[in-house]
Order: sequence, then structure tokens, then C-alpha cells
Amino acid sequence: MNALLSLIVVLVLGALAYVGGSVEGLRTLFGVIIPYAAILTFLVGVAYRVVRWALSPVPFRITTTCGQQKSLPWMKAGYLESPYTTLGVTLRMALEVLLFRSLFRNTKAELRSGPQLVYGENKYLWLAALAFHWSFLIIFLRHLRFFMQPVPAFVNLLSDADGFFQIGAPVLYLTDVFILAALGYLLWRRFRDPQVRYISLFTDYFALFLLIGLAGSGVLMRYFFRPDIVAVKELALGLVTFTPAVPVQVGGLFFVHLFLLSLLIAYFPFSKLMHFAGVFLSPTRNLANNNRAKRHVNPWDYPVKVHTYAEWEEEFHDKIKAAGLPMEKE
Amino acid sequence: MRDKGLIFAGLVFFLVLITFPVWYDLAAGTTSKGPDPKLPTAEKDCVAPVEYMRTSHMDLLLSWRDQVVRQDRLTYKAFDGKTYDMRLTGTCLKCHTNKEEFCDRCHAYAGVAPYCWECHIDPALAQRSRG
Repeated sequence: MNALLSLIVVLVLGALAYVGGSVEGLRTLFGVIIPYAAILTFLVGVAYRVVRWALSPVPFRITTTCGQQKSLPWMKAGYLESPYTTLGVTLRMALEVLLFRSLFRNTKAELRSGPQLVYGENKYLWLAALAFHWSFLIIFLRHLRFFMQPVPAFVNLLSDADGFFQIGAPVLYLTDVFILAALGYLLWRRFRDPQVRYISLFTDYFALFLLIGLAGSGVLMRYFFRPDIVAVKELALGLVTFTPAVPVQVGGLFFVHLFLLSLLIAYFPFSKLMHFAGVFLSPTRNLANNNRAKRHVNPWDYPVKVHTYAEWEEEFHDKIKAAGLPMEKE
Repeated sequence: MRDKGLIFAGLVFFLVLITFPVWYDLAAGTTSKGPDPKLPTAEKDCVAPVEYMRTSHMDLLLSWRDQVVRQDRLTYKAFDGKTYDMRLTGTCLKCHTNKEEFCDRCHAYAGVAPYCWECHIDPALAQRSRG
């Protein structure tokens, strides 16, 4: 139900953009106003959320259990799994951000006849996530050819490498294949396993369908229903140089692509997609495990006025003595 | 926490990075002006309508290559009934004489590097190198 609903929402939004791109009065809305509003929402929203996160106090180091903490010299410490130094933390962070170390640990549980509960490795989520995110990054960087003039050398280099096999014309980009395959798996994964399906929310499917719509419309435009690419770049450059205009040559499918992108970036600060910034602030990943070596004082500890037993006994010395009670200091 | 400075520095770095095209275009003095390829003046008709050529000339050229190289078909019947030799340098470049001012302008603008010229040679370039 969640999946169907989010699919319908994305389809309706895509159709809306398709129609909006062909109605003369709405072209400026879909081509200029909505993209600008989306970018503004993204920048302000992301900044707001990160600032909010930065202001929340982190009083303790959260030790992780997946590596031996550094202690005595003859015990081998897990320098990456339970880092002790800033360098170690940086390396653990890099592993997490670039290679998704946590997903690599993913396991599956299976009930076999017997009955016997079997645990095994499950690396497919990790693989699909890696394929998706890296493809997305490369596609994002490749798109800079529309936003920068002259086109920087590294963008051309990336496009050449991506189209290395020179299949067809325009050449097939490998990342286009990878991203659709990966998104397809990530969607299928939510359908296949009853447990995963049970915990999948509307927003999970919505983000997936939005990305599939975005990548799908892009692939359709590149290989099947090509728009006038020069006009597309004129529109993109107009947006970037703050002289927006919508050339007459750009058509319906391009507006679907642009509108889905606008939705996606405007949706970022309100959704789980914020993990792109949040991953850097994961307390179990970015704090060195040096609780024993360094003293960490709770930053909001108030200097409480204490009244020790010794002082109390001193204060009531005579009364306690008169009552015949035992005292520590005698 | 003590990491506030680091987080804010990271945020600023991200915001500068994500708006990089704006600064880049500002520094390069870019406008939203198109590439303005130089069109031939002598000839009015192409082998296909201009809208098709603008978006899908690469399809046409690839099918020409396949027909000539793999199927030994050498002539192309155009949409208006005229026939053309399926040759890049012989037919296309006969009218679009200047590769640099026609092909390259749009391709550089759109960041496309077609591999036509790994086999074909630009006649003007050959002329120049001959001396």
C-alpha cells in the first residue's frame, strides 16, 4: 500500500511536470521558479539541520563493541574498529563514508528445517548501496557540463571514462546502467523480504521512486527521446548565472526530469536523505574511544555545592554525642 | 561540544562546494549565450530536417557507418527524396566546411567528445598540414 501510494504520487507529479512543460504560461514556473525555490530550500534546510545537530550536546564518548579498545601494551587494539587517535577516527570515518563499512557487516537470519536458525553474510545491500551512491556521485559530477562554461577538464575526463566502451551514440554511460540496476535491487529488496516490507514506510518508497523517476527520465532523454542539448544547457547556465530563461526548444520530458530533481533536493532537509550530512555526525563513528586514557567532563555539569558526611558530623557533633550515637571521627 | 568549529567549517565548505558552478561561471564571465555554430550559406537543405539533426545526428551517422562498413550500402535516400553518398567528410563536411566552427563549437559547449575523428580526418586540417 505504501509502495503503491508513493508510486502514484511520483507518477502524478511527473505527469504534472510533463503537462506544465507544454503549457506556455507554466514553463517559467517549472523551469525557473520551482528550481530556484528548491535550491533555496535545500541550502537553508541543510544548514538549519546541521546547525541544530551541532548545537546538541555530546557529553560522552560512545564506545563501540566491534573492536578491542586500546588498553595494556600486550593487548592488540583494533585501531580502525575502536580507534584511539584522531587519525584512527578519520580513517574509520573515511571507511564509513566512502565504502559503507557498517553495511558490510549486514547479516541475515534464516530459519531452516530442523528447526535450525542460521546466520549468514548478506553483502547485497552493501553492494547495491555502493553501486547506487557512487554512480549517483559520478552522474552528479558529469552533469556539471551543463552548469559550467567552459566545461572543466575533469568533467570531460569523467564522461570519457564513464563512456569508455563507446557503445552506441551517444555513448552508453556505465553509471546509467549501474544506478538503475542498483535502484531496482533496492526496491525489490523491500518487496521481497516480509520483515523489510513490514518496516518500509511511505517515505522509503517515495525516495526510491523519486530517484528511479529521476534516473529513468534522464536515461530516456539521453538514449531515446533526446531534447535539444544546447537549449538545455542554455537553460541551466541561465539558472546558474541568475539570468534565467526557458528556451522554446526544451520539451516535456526534460521538465519531468527537472521537476523530479527539484522535488528531490527540496525534499532533502525534511527526510532521511539528510544522512549525507548526518553520517559525519554519527557518535559511534566519529568519537575516539579514549575514555580510559582521557578524562571527559560532562560539559553541562553544574558546580553543585556538596555537604559531605564528615562536614555533617562536624556540624552536629555535640548533638550526636549527646544522643550516644557512634561517630566515625572519634 | 568542542567539535562545533569543525562542524561549522564543514558546513561552510559544503555550501561553497555545492555552489561551485556559480563561482566558476562568475569567474569565467559566463553568460547563458549558446555556442552559435557557423551554418553553411551555400546550401539550404540537409539530409534530414533541422530538428532531427539537432537532437539525433549521431544516430544517423552511426547508422551510416554501419550500412557502409558492414552492409556495403553507399547511398542514402533523404526525407525529401534526394540521394546522398553516406560519407562524413565527403557529404557532411562538403557543406559544413569548417569542423572547428560547426562540429566543435556545439560539442565543446555540451562537453561531448565524439570519436568520429579517431578514424576520419578533418579535410581543412589535412590541407593545413600539407602546407
